[in-house]
Amino acid sequence: MGINVLLFGQVADITGKDILKIPVVKNTNELNQLLEKTYPALKSIKYSIAVNKKVIQENTALHNEDTVAILPPFSGG
Amino acid sequence: MEDSTKYQRYQRQTVLKEFGTEGQDKLFQAKVLVVGAGGLGCPALQYLSAAGVGTIGIIDFDVIELTNLQRQTLYSVEDLGKPKAATAAGKLKSFNPDILFPVYNVKLETKNALEIIDEYDVIIDGSDNFATRYLVNDACVLLNKPLVYGAVLRFEGQVGVFNLTDQETGCMTNYRDFFPQPPLPSSVPSCNEAGVLGVLPGIIGTMQATEAIKVITGIGKPLCNKIVSYNLLNNLFYEFSISPAKEVNVNIPKTKLAFLNFNYEWFCGAIDEPLEISPEEFDKLRLKEKINIIDVREIDELPVVVEFLFTQIPLGSFEEAIAEISIDNRIVIFCQTGKRSLAAVKMLTEKFPACMAYSLQGGVEAWKKHCNKSLHSATIKS
Repeated sequence: MGINVLLFGQVADITGKDILKIPVVKNTNELNQLLEKTYPALKSIKYSIAVNKKVIQENTALHNEDTVAILPPFSGG
Repeated sequence: MEDSTKYQRYQRQTVLKEFGTEGQDKLFQAKVLVVGAGGLGCPALQYLSAAGVGTIGIIDFDVIELTNLQRQTLYSVEDLGKPKAATAAGKLKSFNPDILFPVYNVKLETKNALEIIDEYDVIIDGSDNFATRYLVNDACVLLNKPLVYGAVLRFEGQVGVFNLTDQETGCMTNYRDFFPQPPLPSSVPSCNEAGVLGVLPGIIGTMQATEAIKVITGIGKPLCNKIVSYNLLNNLFYEFSISPAKEVNVNIPKTKLAFLNFNYEWFCGAIDEPLEISPEEFDKLRLKEKINIIDVREIDELPVVVEFLFTQIPLGSFEEAIAEISIDNRIVIFCQTGKRSLAAVKMLTEKFPACMAYSLQGGVEAWKKHCNKSLHSATIKS
């Protein structure tokens, strides 16, 4: 039971993990709040979110066993 | 070149039945622009020229530094201090003399981007900063050019193809559908600060060259509307898709003029532009270019302004009207003393982070004083 959260780039650095298993939350807004409460440093960075491998722009409903990827931008070349 | 020898060098790929001499001919005809001849650019350039892409443009204004050599494999210690674009072109020409390498030893900016990019069929983004990434993306959207995106940091990289219609879904996306807004500059470390394992841009840059070759020849399925993320520490490849976001395209310059007026460095927070403009600067600006001027005073406030055209939106109704405001040109907002206009500028830049809006410092009162003073000094001089 729960949601799999994959963490990339800087988000993985901040959390010290590249995967988190969290209890089911209703939607991506709630997930953001939960993550930012647990890791306040996340508040200061921008990231995109993919739910089940699709990048979303709006609050999206989450269900048991969904996989969410937290994708911060990076620009190195 | 004789037909018999023309394909000889490429025999190992023309023998692939999916590729053939038809694929090779498409590469000979193709023009690819590589933005940035650094970590991503070097491997992309090497494989594109080895594969026989007919014209490969190289744009970079940097010079080669010692810390580049760990990953930028076209350069050697003798090249330190030399310009990257010309040095890369020289090396590549010796690898494959049949290819044309136009060199642009300049910074890609709004004033030169459209002219340069328009010359090419496919663009590879190997730049190292957000301002250039958004600029290249928007120029490619405007000119309808496929863009092969790549970015690296530490042990992770991303690659994807933008501005290419997915034949199955009819969908087309761009960088802003992935990251609508640039991050705060202080919040994202660069490769200088955070580091990058040298082999990583080698992998991602080579993947970018692969995608460009697929786009040109039509073999396989390019990473259209998709991003592949690669983490070299745990060998994790993660692919995700992007769909067109409605909100996003509000901020993309819709016309060439709007593109020229868009300040990418400001948009990406690389420079802080003042929110206020002095009466002197305001007069210079309105005489120099077309700007939108907005009066946020109440309808009957004095003094009446007749010297220039403006739109009146009292501050009380500014928030409701905000969506209707055109942000294609620079915007100057004024009120009586400069306080309400500053509040309006803040509201506007929150809604449209890309817009360039200024508050007239000291308001219309200060501007009138400035006019009288200039008139007075003009009278004295004459």
